[in-house]
Amino acid sequence: MIRSCLFIPANNPAMIQNADLFGADAVIFDLEDAVAVEEKDAARSLLREYFKVFAPAARVFVRVNNAPEWLLPDLEAVFSDKIDAVILPKADAAACGRLREALLRLEKERRISKSIGIIPLIESARAVLAADSLASLSGVVGLMLGAEDFTADMEIERSKSGEEISYPRARIAIAARANRVIAVDTPFTDVNDEDGLASDAARARALGMSAKAAIHPRQVEIINRVFSPRPAQIEWATRVLEKSKAEKGVFSLDGKMVDQPVIERAKTIIEKAKRYKLL
Amino acid sequence: MKKGVCGSLESSDCLITVEAAEKTEILIESSVYQFYGEQIRKVIETTLAEAGRAHVRVSCVDRGALDCTIRARLLTALSRMAEK
Repeated sequence: MIRSCLFIPANNPAMIQNADLFGADAVIFDLEDAVAVEEKDAARSLLREYFKVFAPAARVFVRVNNAPEWLLPDLEAVFSDKIDAVILPKADAAACGRLREALLRLEKERRISKSIGIIPLIESARAVLAADSLASLSGVVGLMLGAEDFTADMEIERSKSGEEISYPRARIAIAARANRVIAVDTPFTDVNDEDGLASDAARARALGMSAKAAIHPRQVEIINRVFSPRPAQIEWATRVLEKSKAEKGVFSLDGKMVDQPVIERAKTIIEKAKRYKLL
Repeated sequence: MKKGVCGSLESSDCLITVEAAEKTEILIESSVYQFYGEQIRKVIETTLAEAGRAHVRVSCVDRGALDCTIRARLLTALSRMAEK
């Protein structure tokens, strides 16, 4: 259960060593777009040495390069039991299969008992249509939307309102939910527009996204707030669960019907509130 | 002359330059040399030994790098030197 995933350039020691200080539920050490081609080797080495001495409290994801000449060197260099999942850019089923195979081999060779997950990055029209099958692949623990590449593929403009990504968001969220994996929303790229970020995150959440990526530490708090249960929701859920103990079957609260789906919703809110220390 | 460079002069980083030399030589420039100079030297010596490298001149311009960063930058610089 996560709300925020903060991208951290894998060749930036100052950010890497402070990864836990930004309050993100997960950190994404980025070996792909955040690292220049001529610095890939330095980033891999830095991350490998970092993993030897640090154990972040946040969930740890690594975004690798999907190019054939870089994927295996990335994995070979940084593979560690500190990693929870690998984010695969421009994912399709074949690439996910190759990644899964490589991870299983490394888990065996390096004798780690942990299973490292895969989060396909959905960045094309084809991948959006394949979201359900990608989410159902062995080893996949989440889906992430990459809106910049997706809209480039669609030859459509990105907007602040995000109307153009409503469909992929919804499709990815539903595919993720159907397969019981997380759905991570694309980052909001204007780091100076906090209101815009809050609105964008709220739209993603309303469509079923379970978390959102951040590209700057200052975005983390806003994302965490939007993806956390609100005080009124926690208060309502508490009352629903208290009354459900005394009632059998359907009952009424504040003049509204409460049945099993409503009770389940209340349980989820309380579970999240406890997880995020809001109770 | 074979040379490898890695790192930066950004805060928490270090810039490592390695080049072939007749004997191992380590030069360190750091604003915190008085407190951490020996530790930086130890990390460089240990990393060189583990990598089986001798006869290199190592220059480290430190900007407050942690041991793991110094080690990573040195290993990459050595690798880059070997590729040239």
